[in-house]
Amino acid sequence: MTATVNRPQDTQLRAPILSARGLVKTFGRVIGLDGVDLDLYAGEVLAVIGDNGAGKSTLIKCLTGALVPDAGHLVLEERPVTFRRPQDARAAGIETVYQTLAVAPALDIASNMYLGREERRRGILGSVFRMLDHRGMRDRASAAVRDLGIQTIQNIQQPVETLSGGQRQAVAVARAAAFGSKVVVLDEPTAALGVKESNQVLEMIKGLRERGLPVILISHNMPHVWEVADRIHIQRLGRCAGVITPDSHTMSDGVAIMTGATNLQDPQPTS
Amino acid sequence: MTVQSTTPGAAAQELARREHTLSQRVQHLLHQRPALSPAIILLMTVIIFTAVNSRFSNPAALSLLVQQTAVVAALAVGQTLIILTAGIDLSVGAITILSTMVMATLAAENGWPAGLALAAGVILGLAAGALNGILVTRIGLPPFIVTLGTLSIFTAVALLYSSGQSIQNNRLPDLLNWTGEGFSIGQFRITTGVVLVVALYLVLGYALTQTAWGRHVYAVGDDPEAARLSGIRSGRLLLSVYAVAGLIYGIAGWILIGRAGAASPNAIVDANLDSITAVVIGGTSLFGGRGGLLGTLLGALIVQAFTVGLSLAGVDAQYRLLAVGILVIVAVSVDQWIRKVRS
Ligand SMILES: Nc1ncnc2c1ncn2[C@@H]1O[C@H](COP(=O)(O)OP(=O)(O)OP(=O)(O)O)[C@@H](O)[C@H]1O
Ligand SMILES: [Mg+2]
Repeated sequence: MTATVNRPQDTQLRAPILSARGLVKTFGRVIGLDGVDLDLYAGEVLAVIGDNGAGKSTLIKCLTGALVPDAGHLVLEERPVTFRRPQDARAAGIETVYQTLAVAPALDIASNMYLGREERRRGILGSVFRMLDHRGMRDRASAAVRDLGIQTIQNIQQPVETLSGGQRQAVAVARAAAFGSKVVVLDEPTAALGVKESNQVLEMIKGLRERGLPVILISHNMPHVWEVADRIHIQRLGRCAGVITPDSHTMSDGVAIMTGATNLQDPQPTS
Repeated sequence: MTVQSTTPGAAAQELARREHTLSQRVQHLLHQRPALSPAIILLMTVIIFTAVNSRFSNPAALSLLVQQTAVVAALAVGQTLIILTAGIDLSVGAITILSTMVMATLAAENGWPAGLALAAGVILGLAAGALNGILVTRIGLPPFIVTLGTLSIFTAVALLYSSGQSIQNNRLPDLLNWTGEGFSIGQFRITTGVVLVVALYLVLGYALTQTAWGRHVYAVGDDPEAARLSGIRSGRLLLSVYAVAGLIYGIAGWILIGRAGAASPNAIVDANLDSITAVVIGGTSLFGGRGGLLGTLLGALIVQAFTVGLSLAGVDAQYRLLAVGILVIVAVSVDQWIRKVRS
């Protein structure tokens, strides 16, 4: 059914945490996704690679409620789910760093980390007067940023727009890492990061895997992908061109499949 | 500034860098405290006009200044909420007049109990605001177009409903005139209308800064897509903002009766521009997501201080328009400059 090849033995025995079948998404006449299947198993890092416009972001947006697919369905922990909005996926434990980061520039770091899930004060101040627990959110946001090993951020009350591109990305990643309980999805999380910060994010991804949290990682950086990924989903022209592993294929094999220079196998019928 | 360098021309570079840092520091400060520039402007305005004519800052004149600011200051609360979401409301005055005429007519002509008439007028304001909100969020029209349309619609309805006639305060129940009642604190005279305006600022200021709703208002105005991806239901939020603004305009209609001593369909013709001016001079960005109510209150006071001050100085009223116009352009330029902040 899937175009999966060389999947590690053990994953075939387990049920996936998250799986998608036959996802289709069109934008007017542009076809973003053309019937894509995806399986994500517990404790694995699944990389998604593909050329620009191959449909990687569209794929993960359909998995996280940011887009509603035209066709296809999702299964989370063996239960069918539909996500109409990002908050549905969040509520189900799926945390996402979108390629556009989705941060509000004028709000500070702590507010951004808790945006859409603000915590209120205890007691009557919170329940009746709806007062936010500024201090608590600030402290926990600081801890989350610290846990990620980001030293360059000095002040958690700094507006996000005063941060560099890499620092913003770090905030978005810290947010996802802090709140993800079932799945963490990262769309090019290291695109704007320096070498050191990229390595921190890679370490964080490995840390999430150790905690048993599966991660979907989109990246154009092949060495990163081959370093952390357990399996690699190759997206090409809106379809899945195959799933490989870093052990079974070299980076140049991967790039060749990605660009269509070689076919993994003849395209699999999706039914 | 502390960077050590041995390359030639380092001194010149450092000088350039220092100048840069100074302007950056001002930029940064204004960025952090958007109410700072209007506070400075208001202070300077008061000092200069007092120097020109000492009557400007005697208690009676200041009390009057505050009372004259009350209605625009109330309207500017709603306008601030909407501008924070990157919208604009041109139907401010029209909704206010509609609320005013409905509460006055129901009480004076239809014999409704005062409390009920007041509630009907205020709720009508809320409904009118909600209608704007529905058109903006459900049909997806730009706020400028929606409120340009409803400006005419609500104005027409108010005129038709009232037959274009004013209702003097002697025909109105005490409750509706209550906002014009005054009391004294020392030499200052305060009306209940002014107290209501202060209460509006406190309540909405609390909601904007201390609740999740307030944060979402800023987030949606700042970057609607980011807010959506963060799990904020922006449609619902915008609808609530327009409805709350309408409610505020309804209350402002009540304050207007006390201030004007009548309910008149031809009152506050400049309400739209005055409220937008107050918001903009107060440092709230027309692009949304930035600013706050403290600045708006200062902005409303600045505009009124110019009006009173220039007339006390014996200057032609046209100069007030000129001065306010310049202030608006300066305020928007400062906002543009502040938005370029980067660390
Ligand atoms: N909102 C949209 N409206 C119209 N077309 C869209 C939209 N989003 C994506 N597309 C189209 O869908 C296709 C896939 O886009 P997508 O963003 O998923 O690519 P991607 O693989 O993430 O690329 P990149 O590596 O550049 O991020 C592209 O042809 C793109 O133009
Ligand atoms: Mg993408």
